[in-house]
This record gives sequence, C-alpha cells and structure tokens, in this order.
Amino acid sequence: MPEIKLLLVVGRILKQGVGISMGKYTAEYREAVSTLEMNAGDMTALGVQNGDEVELTSPYGQTCVHCKSGNLPVGMAFIAYGPPTSDLTGTETYASGMPDFKAQDVVARALGGGRD
Amino acid sequence: MLRITNGTVYDPKNGINGEVRDICIAGGKVVAAADALDAPVLDARDLVVMPGGVEFHAHIAGSKVNAARKMCPEDHRGMPIRRTELTRSGTGHTIPSTFVTGYHFTQLGYTTVIEAAAPPLTARHVHEELQDTPIVDKGFLVLMGNNYFVLKYIAQGDFARLKDYVAWLLNVTGGFGIKIVNPAGVDTWKWGRNVHSLDDQADTFPVTPRQILLNLARVQQELGVPHPIHVHCNNLGSPGNIETTLESIRAVEGLPIHITHAQFNGYGGTSWADISSGAPQLAAYVNEHPNVTVDMGQVVFGPVTTMTADGPWQYHLFQLSGHKWANSDVEMESGSGVVPYRFVRRNAVNAVQWAIGLELALLIDDPWRVFLTTDHPNAGPFHAYPDIIRLLMDHDYRMSKLEGVHSAARTRSGLKDLTREYTLPEIVTITRAGPARRLGLPNKGHLGIGADADVTIYRRLADCADAGEMFARPRYTIKGGEIVAENGRIVRVQPGTLLYVSPEYDPQIQEAICDDFEQYYTVDFANYPVDFDAYLPLRASVPCFLDIATRNPVMEPAHGH
Amino acid sequence: MQFEHIVCGFCGCVCDDIKVTVEDGRVTGVKQACALGRAWLMGHSTESCNSVALVDGEPAPLDEALDVAARYLASSRNPLIYGLSSTVCEAQRQAVELADLLGSNLDTCASVCHGPSGMGFQYAGDSTCTLGEVKNRADLVIYWGANSAEAHPRHFARYAVMPKGLYRPGGRKERTAVVIDIRPTATSRLADLFLQIRPGRDFEAIWALRSLVRGIPLDESSVAITGLTLAQLQDLAQRMMACKFGVLFVGLGLTQTRGRQLNTAAAMLLIRDLNAHTKFALQPLRGHGNVTGHDQVIAWQTGYPFAVNFGRGYPRYNPGEFTAVDLLARREVDAAVIVAADPVCNFPRASSRYLSEIPTICLDNHDTDTTKAARVVIHTGTSGINVEGTFYRMDNVPVRMHKFLPSPYPSDEEVLSEITERVRQLLAARKEANSHAANH
Repeated sequence: MPEIKLLLVVGRILKQGVGISMGKYTAEYREAVSTLEMNAGDMTALGVQNGDEVELTSPYGQTCVHCKSGNLPVGMAFIAYGPPTSDLTGTETYASGMPDFKAQDVVARALGGGRD
Repeated sequence: MLRITNGTVYDPKNGINGEVRDICIAGGKVVAAADALDAPVLDARDLVVMPGGVEFHAHIAGSKVNAARKMCPEDHRGMPIRRTELTRSGTGHTIPSTFVTGYHFTQLGYTTVIEAAAPPLTARHVHEELQDTPIVDKGFLVLMGNNYFVLKYIAQGDFARLKDYVAWLLNVTGGFGIKIVNPAGVDTWKWGRNVHSLDDQADTFPVTPRQILLNLARVQQELGVPHPIHVHCNNLGSPGNIETTLESIRAVEGLPIHITHAQFNGYGGTSWADISSGAPQLAAYVNEHPNVTVDMGQVVFGPVTTMTADGPWQYHLFQLSGHKWANSDVEMESGSGVVPYRFVRRNAVNAVQWAIGLELALLIDDPWRVFLTTDHPNAGPFHAYPDIIRLLMDHDYRMSKLEGVHSAARTRSGLKDLTREYTLPEIVTITRAGPARRLGLPNKGHLGIGADADVTIYRRLADCADAGEMFARPRYTIKGGEIVAENGRIVRVQPGTLLYVSPEYDPQIQEAICDDFEQYYTVDFANYPVDFDAYLPLRASVPCFLDIATRNPVMEPAHGH
Repeated sequence: MQFEHIVCGFCGCVCDDIKVTVEDGRVTGVKQACALGRAWLMGHSTESCNSVALVDGEPAPLDEALDVAARYLASSRNPLIYGLSSTVCEAQRQAVELADLLGSNLDTCASVCHGPSGMGFQYAGDSTCTLGEVKNRADLVIYWGANSAEAHPRHFARYAVMPKGLYRPGGRKERTAVVIDIRPTATSRLADLFLQIRPGRDFEAIWALRSLVRGIPLDESSVAITGLTLAQLQDLAQRMMACKFGVLFVGLGLTQTRGRQLNTAAAMLLIRDLNAHTKFALQPLRGHGNVTGHDQVIAWQTGYPFAVNFGRGYPRYNPGEFTAVDLLARREVDAAVIVAADPVCNFPRASSRYLSEIPTICLDNHDTDTTKAARVVIHTGTSGINVEGTFYRMDNVPVRMHKFLPSPYPSDEEVLSEITERVRQLLAARKEANSHAANH
C-alpha cells in the first residue's frame, strides 16, 4: 500500500473558528479539524480521492482524517488544529514552551486500501 | 483614631519647623485634639514627624511601563520579593511589579504617587495597574502635547474648543493634569522625524512647540486645573538644550509652568565632548521667575530603564547605547519608547549629568519650587531618594562622592564649589510640602487640620548614621490614619484613592470631535470614555479653581520667605 | 432589543463596533462582525443548557464544586493554573492571586501561541504602534506566517489594508499588501505580492533581508535555502526601505516553527534596522480575544508575561521549565486549574492526557474535551456577553467588554475569587493544626 511522506502544516480556518463557538462536538467543527487539504498529485500517488480516509502517522502518534484537494505544493498538506493534530504532535519544546505544532513530518497512508 | 504624641513635627506649609507637638487623627484626617480624645496613642518621643512623601513624577503604571517590564526580565531576576501573609509577591528592580511599587513607596514613607504620563487611549491600562498599586494615593498626567485635537484647535485658533477638549479629555480619562512631552516632536516622530526648535512645526497640523506650550498653559489657567502644565521639553538629552528649556519657559509668557526632570534639559556645551552644566542658568531663571518650578530628575549610578513618551529621544538613546529598544506610537495621541541604560561613574557625560541635578537643587533658593525626583526609573530608581537626600544635606559626603566620579563633574559643573547643605525643613519641603502644593492637592503634604492623615515618622538624624539611613527606613508610615508600615515592614494593606480632576466643559465638544474621531481612531467613540465605577472604584475629585478672578496664583508665598 | 458598540471577544482584533439584536433572551441578530464574531455571539441565550457545576462528571451544587476544587488545590504541592485567553482581566488578576497564594505554576495560552514573540521581544525590543497608526499611515503591509483572512477576518478590512486613513485617503489603492507564507492562502489571494517561502526557513530569509537592508551584498547561493530568489528578497528589501510607513504582522508561522523565538527576534531586529531608513513597525497577530490581556496582567503583577512559578514564594520565569506543555509532559504538577482554554483538545496528546490523571478543575462556558477530563467543572459566563471587563486588543489598546445578556452562570472572576478564599481558609486551618501539633 503506498505511503507518502508529507509535511503537515497546521493552522486555523474560519470553519474551525466558527466551530469553537458553536461547539466542539458539532459536526461542523469535527469536520473542520479532520479535513486534510492535499496536493492533487499527492492524492493520486496515495490513491485517494476527495472524502477518502487517510491515516497519518508521526513519531508521536497516529490519527485518521479525510482528504480533499487543495492549493498545496507537492509534499505539503494542511489541516486545521484540533484533536486529530494533537494526536500527532510531540511534546518537545526545545525549552521554549512551544511544541512543533505547525510543520510536522508525517507518513500518510490511505485507509481501506485506497483506490487504483 | 490616633494621637501621635511628643514627636518633633516638621510641617513647612503651616510654619512648623521642628516643634514638639501632637498630631491628632480621626476619620482619616488630621483633627484638633478635642476631636481625638479617646484615640490610642503612638508615642513619637525622640522621633521626627512629617507629612507623608509626595512622589511628583514617576513612571509606575501603564502601557510603556509594562512594555518595559515585559522586555526586561533581567531587571527583575535580581530582586524577587516574597509574599507574606499580608502582601503579594513580586519583583523589582527599576521597573517593580505593581504590588511591590505600592509596598516600596510605602516603606520609604511615601503616601501619594503621581504617574507621570499616559496617553488617553490607554487610560484604562493605567487605572488597572494603579488599582493593583496598593496603599498609596495616586493619579496620572494625561499626554496632550502631540494630540490630534489639541494640534487641530491650536492650528484653527479655536481656543474655546481647545479648552473644552482638554477638559473633556481629563473628564473621560480620570486624569489628573496636563502633560506635555516634546511638543510637536512626537507628532513628527510618527514619520520618523523630530523637532529641534520651538518654531519647528508638527506634522499633522502646522503648529509649533511654542504655540502648544502657550495655548495649553492658558487652558490650564482658564480651566482652573490645579496643577500647571507639566513639561518635558524639546531636545531632551541634547548638549546645549538649556537654551531650549529657557525658551520653553519664556514661551508661556509668565504663566505657571513646571519643567520636569530638569537635569535632562539642563545641558550647556555643543556636543557630547564638551557637554557642561546648564544648572546655573536654569537656577538663576527659576530664582527670578516665580511662575516656574522644576523637579530634579537626579541621576543615580547603576542600572536604569529609560521610558518616556519622547519616541525620537528614545530611538536616539538606542543609537547611542546599542541597547534593546521598544517603541510604540499611539494613534492620534502620542508615542513612547523604552531603552535600558546604565549610568556609570567613570563616564564623563554621566558624571556631568549626575552633577547637574544636585547643582540645580543647591542653586535654587526656594525649596518650594524644586522637587526631589529621579524621573523614576529614567535617571534612577526611587529607592535612591534617601541617598540623594544625604547628598543634599551633607557637603562632605557630596564631596566624597564627587571624588569618585569622572573629573568632568568637577570641571564642567560648579558642584565642587557649592557648600550649601539642605536643612531638614527644606528636605521636607522638596519631598512633600512643595510637590503637594504644586500639584494643587490641598490635603496633602501638610499636617494642618483637615489634611489627609498621611504621616511619616522617622528616627531623628542624630540617632542615625546619616540622613540616608534616616530616610531609608521610616519608623512608621501612616496612611489615612492607619499605620501601614513599621520599620520597613508592611503591617497593613489597604487600597489607595485615585485622584482626578473634572473641569467643566461644554458637552457640545463631543459632537465637534466625533466625525474626526470615528474616521481616524480605530475604536468607537462611544467606547472611548473610561467607566469610573469600573476603573476608579475608590476615587476622589480634586477641586479645580472655581473662580478665575479671585483665584490666587498657584504659587503661595512660603512661610519665612 | 438592539445593542450597539458591542465588543467582540473572539480574536485579537477585539472589534468594538458590533451591533447585536436580542429577542426573548436570545441573540438573534449580529451586524458588522465577521463569521468568527457572528458565531461567537449568535446562539447565546439566557437559559442554561448545563448544570452550573459538575463534580466527577455529575451535576453538583456550585458550593460543593467550589469546596472540592479548593480542597484539591490546598492539598496539592505543585499545581498549575493555565489558560486565561478568553476571559477578562479582572478574572486574570484573580488567577494570579490564586497562583501566588498556592505557590503554583502560572502559564497562559501565550506559551503555545505568541510566547516566542514575547521572548523575541525580550531579546531584541520592538518598534510597534496601535492599529490606528496602520490605518492612518501605512503604505506597505506585510503578513508573515499569518493567514489573517481565516484567523482575523476583519484585520485586513477594518484596520490594516482597506480602510481610508488620515494620510491614506485612498485606502486600499494607497497600500501594497504582501504575504509571505509557505503555501497560498485566502490572505495571499488578497495580496499584491505573495512570496512562497520554504518551510522552516523564515529565520534565514529574515536574516537575508537584514543583510540587504544593511547594505551587505548577498549572492544567489546564500539565499537559495529560503526558497526565495535573490531578486525576490532584494525587491522586498527595497520596498521595505522605500515605503513611508511599513508594518510587519507576524503570525504563528514564525512562532510555531523551527526557530520560534529566534524567528521573532530576527524579525524585530529587522524592523529595528529598517527604522534607520523609514518608519516601520512589527506587531504579532494575537489569536484569542484577551491573550494580550493575560500578558499584560501577569507582567504588571509579577514582572513576567507567562511561564511563571511561585513555588519559592516569589515569581520566577522560565519558558520550557514552567510552561504548561512541558510541565504536563514531564508529569511535574499534581493539580490543575484550566480557565477559558481547552488544552486537552489542543496540546500534544502525551502532555494533555496527564490532566485526566490529576485533579483538574476547569472553568469554561462550553463543554470541551478539557471539561470532560476534569474532576470539577464550573460553567461560567462568557466575557463580553454575560460578563463585563477589560480585554486588550492585539495592539495593547484596552477595551471595555460590555455585558448585555444575563447568564445563569457565575463569572470566572467570581469563581476564582471564591476558590481563592476557600483555599486561604484551608491553608490557614492546616497551618494552625500543624503548629498545634508541633506544640504537643
């Protein structure tokens, strides 16, 4: 099963910000923080299409998200921060208090085998 | 209630200079003996009793002070202050945290502190920090000398609107007085420039420092705001700036004016190489012109944190020193800058600066018109006051210190030839009675009936090693009739009162400024005024003069002069 | 009922021109706010959906919850108070008092947001301004590592790029907007110039700009690592030096990536260098409504802005040692108070899961993953809707938050104050019991 390395960029999006106010257990929030924007070429390499489930693994943990194509360079993916990204982030802060939130090296794999 | 008995009382305002008498207190005020018959007694035999200290000008609260705290953790690490059952923890040193500021002033015998400068837009911040500055009564001066509306109305020649605007501004900020810093210069700094003469123009409106000073001096008189315009002159810190200072005073054509941290504006010479003391000229002018007062801005060797609204000066100090620099320009109103610095004895310029403050105080004849400050923390921390008092009172000590600094202090100032020694009544005047009178605080700085019962009790000078030791550790500090400190320890914590003024104005000024306000500010006009109940929960309004015709000049004749 | 001049507390813009309609005790209409503000305001009602307090997951009287909380804290040896980003200064001040009393750790959301900007400031200083100066004067506005269109939607329009100002009567036409980021974003689409920088190479790019601003020549190979060409950097440096008033807004792209405080210190030094040529300011785009407030409050009360520890009886400061992610990851604390924050959602899992293992007390107006992990939950009113008080905008302007809807919940300040008092009594009683025991 194909795996690709990605630089996972974590940030904020409007839907996630709205979700914080409307409630973190609403469908809108959950969707906002579990949608992985990917480069279209990377999606092809992984054998996935919009909405498919992708498993992300970092040295610190693993999480499942679903993908959608976005305006990203090859090798880079974006997701809004929330419980899924917290599963991936390590606790090393290099004595700064700040973990490696924003740019994390992950391995992506299609769940359910992907598509041909 | 309290009866302080048998103390040797110094109360210059009421002509008492070292008489043994009782001070009686009830309801937080000084009262006649008959009104405190059952009061507990504090036996002040062999002790000196004087009004609580009045800090005339210190930077202790507000956005630039806190920016300095945030920028300089190294300032705090060496001076941690532990919490006690009564007191909160905190840190010093030159930029103490707020609780520590209140405790340290109290431990030094000060009971009223005036925050030197804040822009109206951040008035809430000043009030929040002052709420967390315990025990002392306090107020703050509102920056106006580079304010959009002030410049606009001066440019338009609309004095009536200028007056209403200034009054309105004081009312909506809970401020105490009119502060002017580098008039027109901070406005031009918003484009990275400065002004250098009283006839250079501001940028937003073509208005000169001369016009700003004169107009605001007139406004102060006509509003009856108790404190005269409080001025940080143009060209602060520049060799030769004594001329600017004298011209600034002349610009107000005999109206009352206070020149703050005068040492920083008292330089002769033409460059750093030949900087010399301008104290003789300034002192001579002050001696001849009763409308002028100054505060020293005395340099203290060691670390300081410079912080003023004088953005261009602060940038210049960064260029000179290479130390880190914080700057913030405040829309429509003002600016600020912070640069940590260190005054060094063997540095020729610093030595001359140190000499100037002392020389100024020694050459000015009338102790009612010169006040003890270090422009805390610009020239030094306020903890240094006892040592400065010793320098003024003890010629031998002063000479010994003069020996220990760069020789420029001897060759480029007249300090070495001055033998005057301040007397204790004069010290009481420059640290309490004079500041209170000049601020226009009728119930502070003296111990007559009706005064606020803010009293400091010291050991006699004869019982101390020197005046520095005497003033460093009061035996008691009493605030509003309550003993709050004993032998340097806080024994009672209570909130202080926020002193503000509310001069009258025509409410129509709000309509007049609303359009420009909504266009150029980034907050809503309705959200600008400070909610007094929220931000000044414990407050007292200091009266403005009610009748212009019969108001006495701000300077009362001092007893004995 | 219509309310005007309402202040939004969601993001660091703290917009104070919001209009709100309340009908039958419910917010039914919002004008002027962005999508984030609208969501923050809409839906609030005077009814409560939740019990005021929960103890071990079950509804409990508030009084009991306060007692349980106080007992946990009074018996802890190294507690942590964390969060405070969405609550008023009055509550933040109360939190510091509690921390002082307990001798606890005190950290805020800054440590996972702009703490590195604060640390950069400690190293380098900074030249900044209030947002009105940007509106009135700026002709060059740069966003670096910040996607304001998604995180601060009105920043571009109300404050920085669109508005007509005193010296910029032409508004947008008189400004150049530049975005520097590692990928195209909603903000970069609005900009006049987008520079796509290599991830983790912001420091190098900033340092290259410093060289150019100082007239030190560079060659293509020395800047290749940034992902930008020498021409791009030279062009940017030129624009920065030639503008009349430039502003650099920095976001989490600098604070949360390789370099952290070195990135922000470098940016602040760059701005300092630029001030030799022209007027230039830098401002961190603070995320949540009152993060600037907790920096201010903790700094004025302790001297330090975050990462504070009172364990020796006085404040000490050390990011990395006293910051929440680290304290929890190293399992060094034995109780926690989380106020107006959701670390179980946002912290690295290996750090936040520890909150389930120790007594955690959580104050929030919503149910979150942190309230679910907490042994004591107290629902509190929303600052700026149910509770009034001060928020500090990202540019340090203090704004009064209004209250316009009553709430069945207490305020954060009331709850923290109650807990402080009960802790004080418990500690005093223990001290007396100990001295009594010692005397026998």
